[in-house]
Amino acid sequence: MRNPLRSEAEAFRFLIAVILGALVIIGAAYVSTWLGVAAAVLAVGGIAWWLKQEPVPGAADPPRRITSETPAGVHRVLVVANETVGGEALLATIERVARPGTELLVVAPAMPSQVRHWASDVDGARADAEHRLQASLTRLEATGLEVRGEIGDDDPLVAIEDALRTFGADEIVISTHPEGRSHWLEQDLIGRAQARFALPITHVVVDFAAEHSPVPRG
Amino acid sequence: MATHAEHLEHHGPPAPHYSSRITPGVLGMFLFIASEIMLFGSFFTAYFFVRVVNGTPWPTPPFHLPVYVAFINTCILVTSSFTVHWALQSIKRGNVWGLRAGLLLTFLMGLTFLITQAIEYSRIGFNTTDGAFATIFFCLTGLHGAHVFVGLSILLFMTIRAFRGHFSAEHHDGVEIGGIYWHFVDVMWIVVYMTVYIL
Repeated sequence: MRNPLRSEAEAFRFLIAVILGALVIIGAAYVSTWLGVAAAVLAVGGIAWWLKQEPVPGAADPPRRITSETPAGVHRVLVVANETVGGEALLATIERVARPGTELLVVAPAMPSQVRHWASDVDGARADAEHRLQASLTRLEATGLEVRGEIGDDDPLVAIEDALRTFGADEIVISTHPEGRSHWLEQDLIGRAQARFALPITHVVVDFAAEHSPVPRG
Repeated sequence: MATHAEHLEHHGPPAPHYSSRITPGVLGMFLFIASEIMLFGSFFTAYFFVRVVNGTPWPTPPFHLPVYVAFINTCILVTSSFTVHWALQSIKRGNVWGLRAGLLLTFLMGLTFLITQAIEYSRIGFNTTDGAFATIFFCLTGLHGAHVFVGLSILLFMTIRAFRGHFSAEHHDGVEIGGIYWHFVDVMWIVVYMTVYIL
């Protein structure tokens, strides 16, 4: 989408578009008032359509895939989970992918509501994430893994990218709620992560309802 | 230490990431646009109620609006957008004198616009107390005039800095941002001119 205030050149083009739109409206209004109204609707719609166009061909190309490296002999796993950070399925997956000596970084993105995000009122969400993360780290440390955790950006892709800048990983584990209850899956987080990061990605579904159910589902 | 292949050539701390989904600069610009939309929107709402809902004749007899003088003024203001664009294109190519000439011309045209508007006010034959039409007219054109005044102040500093050699082909953010504001002022004038004088 064009942002008419992104640069002087964009603002100048927007000005030209507005001048053309104004000329069309004025010309139509001289013929008939209702023709002027129709021209105004068309002109505003046309400018809105123009603003939605990509300003630079190729600018919307997917960004370069991000890769990551670890020193020889070191195996590192990046785990991204929020509300599911303490799920049994996730812990089982971590135990499966981990080898002796594996270094583990668990990132729990803070998840404030959209309103709180815009108001930068994220302290509560970060505190909640911190609480869940600590509980999960305690359980993982008990397995003998070298593990640490941190709170990440509320955009999980940004959280992964942030983590990879300081923690080179060999693979990524992303944990979500089941389909239908997961905002991340609704936003196609797994697909976008696979497109963005050139690393093996394991998707774990944590279904708390099933885990806490007294009768196993079958 | 683990490295990040995409940043192998990078030295020093990693590039900062903002915790918000939008950068502070973009957020600030959006807030600015939102405040301007609300400000002009409130005046245009008053205009709409006075002219369309209440059916007040526009302009209310026996007053007349100096449409042709305003048209000349519009041409001057639109031309000044072209000169500021030329100024920026010049400095991007390292042409310092093109920048100086462009900014000076832009400033002079903006000043001409403002002086012409002031003269128009003094000769227009009605005042803010002469009914809703007159009030809205002065509010809308005056609000825009205030924006032109701010733009002229920015242009003045840009021009002084240009003559002092503060801008180069690599460093010209001051011209870029001032140019964006000046185009915004132009866009608003076209809307004001069209609704108040023409339609």
